[in-house]
Amino acid sequence: MSENRKSLVNLNSGLSRRSALKGLGAAAGLIAAPGFVRYGQAQSSEPIKIGFQCHRTGIGAAYGRWYDRVTAAAAKRINDAGGINGRPLEIVIEDDGTDPKRGAEVVEKFANQHKVDLVYGTLFSHVVVGSAPAAGELKIPYYVVSEGYHVASGKLNRYCVQPGITDVKSQARSMAPWIADNLGKKVTLVYPDYAFGHDHRDFFTPAIEAQGGQVVAKVPIPPTETSFTRYFPQIPRDTDVIYHVMVGPAVLTFVKEMGEFFGSGGPQLFGFIDSLEAVDIASPGLEFLEGSHFWEGMPRYAQPDQPDYVTAYRETVGIDDNGASVNDGKDISTAAHMFGCWETLNVIKAAMEACDYKGPDDRAAMIEATEAMTGMDAGPDHPQGKKLFNGKIHQVFGEQSISQVKDGKLEVVHRTSIEDGAYEPEADYTAMSF
Amino acid sequence: MAFGPYFLLATLEGLVTAAVLALMALGLSLVFGVMRVVNVAHGEFYMLGAVLAWWFASLFGGHPAIGFLVALVLSPLVVAAIAFVAERLVLSRLKYEPEATIVATIGLMYIIQQLALTFYGPEARPVEAPFNYRMQLPWFGYSAYKLAVIGFSILMMLATWFVLTRTKIGLVMRATQFDRETAQAFGIPVGRVYAGVFALGAGLAAVAAVLIVPIQQAHYLMGHDPLLLSFIVVIIGGLGSLRGTVLAAVLIGLSDGIISMFFSPTLAKMLATLAVAMILVFRPQGLFGEAAR
Repeated sequence: MSENRKSLVNLNSGLSRRSALKGLGAAAGLIAAPGFVRYGQAQSSEPIKIGFQCHRTGIGAAYGRWYDRVTAAAAKRINDAGGINGRPLEIVIEDDGTDPKRGAEVVEKFANQHKVDLVYGTLFSHVVVGSAPAAGELKIPYYVVSEGYHVASGKLNRYCVQPGITDVKSQARSMAPWIADNLGKKVTLVYPDYAFGHDHRDFFTPAIEAQGGQVVAKVPIPPTETSFTRYFPQIPRDTDVIYHVMVGPAVLTFVKEMGEFFGSGGPQLFGFIDSLEAVDIASPGLEFLEGSHFWEGMPRYAQPDQPDYVTAYRETVGIDDNGASVNDGKDISTAAHMFGCWETLNVIKAAMEACDYKGPDDRAAMIEATEAMTGMDAGPDHPQGKKLFNGKIHQVFGEQSISQVKDGKLEVVHRTSIEDGAYEPEADYTAMSF
Repeated sequence: MAFGPYFLLATLEGLVTAAVLALMALGLSLVFGVMRVVNVAHGEFYMLGAVLAWWFASLFGGHPAIGFLVALVLSPLVVAAIAFVAERLVLSRLKYEPEATIVATIGLMYIIQQLALTFYGPEARPVEAPFNYRMQLPWFGYSAYKLAVIGFSILMMLATWFVLTRTKIGLVMRATQFDRETAQAFGIPVGRVYAGVFALGAGLAAVAAVLIVPIQQAHYLMGHDPLLLSFIVVIIGGLGSLRGTVLAAVLIGLSDGIISMFFSPTLAKMLATLAVAMILVFRPQGLFGEAAR
């Protein structure tokens, strides 16, 4: 054994002239390699690089895969139409593991190693909150597709923008009138016990009270929970409506155990589709969802009255009429969120064209160009619907869908207006320095 | 809800947790008891059992019970075979050195986890329960399948006990556990016994997983929490003690069910961890374990 160990020690230490020369030569060769050659025409044809912070692994992986597909489809569409300012778009992907710490590292890697023009695409709110300070310090624009309230709250920095998807505060507010009018006024909230769930709790409660309703109980559930029956006794008997919003891989168990507990005689159900994104509504055990209602950012199932640009969008990103991948009917999309990637990339294109973006020196100008945006018309660039951007809080406002489960499919029964989800801004990013 | 039914629901939930936990911890305990190997990859064998159960069940149409039963038979066998190969290729080459095997099983854990992510994907996918009967009690409804899980788990544990104490294979295992070198001197193929025990342990975890997938879903990260709970159970019950493992599993399962229902799930986890600390300080061999010879 001891002889073996000995042989591991390098007796021949010290740097010879030959090996030093070899090393230098290799380094020179690397620099001269094709990837390192700067583009001859400076910035005229060099691609615009967008760092895509993707949840490839971790609890957000199902979302990450669809964000990835939609991003690729949207980038291809932009490139086919001539790119941005005549330059092609290049998406650089890094996996953040749906982890805030790695999220911040990924932002640094984008800025310092990949030298991207901006960072984009994060969904899970804790990753956004963890990564935003890094984006602010590195002075790199950070376009998130997250629906959390953190951007609009003004607690992040001027480089963080959410122009492609509405936030939870707006979503919860716009649901309250419809719930009070159609389902009932005594509501029990079931939500994950962290920032995203707290947003729902804090914003829905005043909204339903404004409609003459009342939250009769709040049931927070730890995010890593795998079994839910134990929480249901906390739901009061006189509850009219259970408002549920759960995320993560255990949501199917949650819905199923709720069905076992209440049977058919329970309260009305109103859920956020976040609970069932990437999950087939026709899965075994979900039968009792029939007749219940869901919020949808954008409908998963093709609707009979959908405009042509929605049909075109669905074809381009590769989902069929049931919202599943055209290649695999069991691969259900995250349709209610992923449109945000498409729309955000189009906003980025519009902002870069408005400020005649040349390179990283124009990053501040690009943020200012985004802040200057207001109305966005529904159409091929914004298939989810028309939008209103508030430059002060870096947040976009839009319409929401309320869908009912009928025959195992989601059918849109109501569409809220932009005004339903509007609220007074509580911050002003434009007053902050870059 | 009144106290009585509330308590009944808490107890039922606790028993389901205990049933699954007992099977899984039994596998872990067996591997440690006989081989003295701390198998960190045990949770991944559990996950693999669930993922394979989904795969087998999805191959068969018709009544969901067919797919489930096929999964219940084949999934543990495949997992056991994978564990057997892993033992022969990795653990046996490391001569079962404690430090080396811990690191090796950590590596195994990541390999299995990432392979599952690559080939199975990030979704949580359900397996349909063999029967879908909802019992309506006066106060709440409850899934009859969950009760069946408790029953089947008891059967599996009785079978394991029978194999260990009443068969020649069990005798050989116990002899190897008692004194490896003497067993070898008596002509017992210790290497093969080790591989068999490792496969059996992984197979038990897979059975637990197949039982749980109709309740929860197969997901590539699902092995983590049960692994931690199994370690807690095995430490409290005493490493290598079958009786201790089962009792500790019932204890932890019930306390988890009841405490988390009346107080909070976090408190239940805190108390379980505190119990482990107390056991390690005052009775390091566990409730039923034998002191090191």
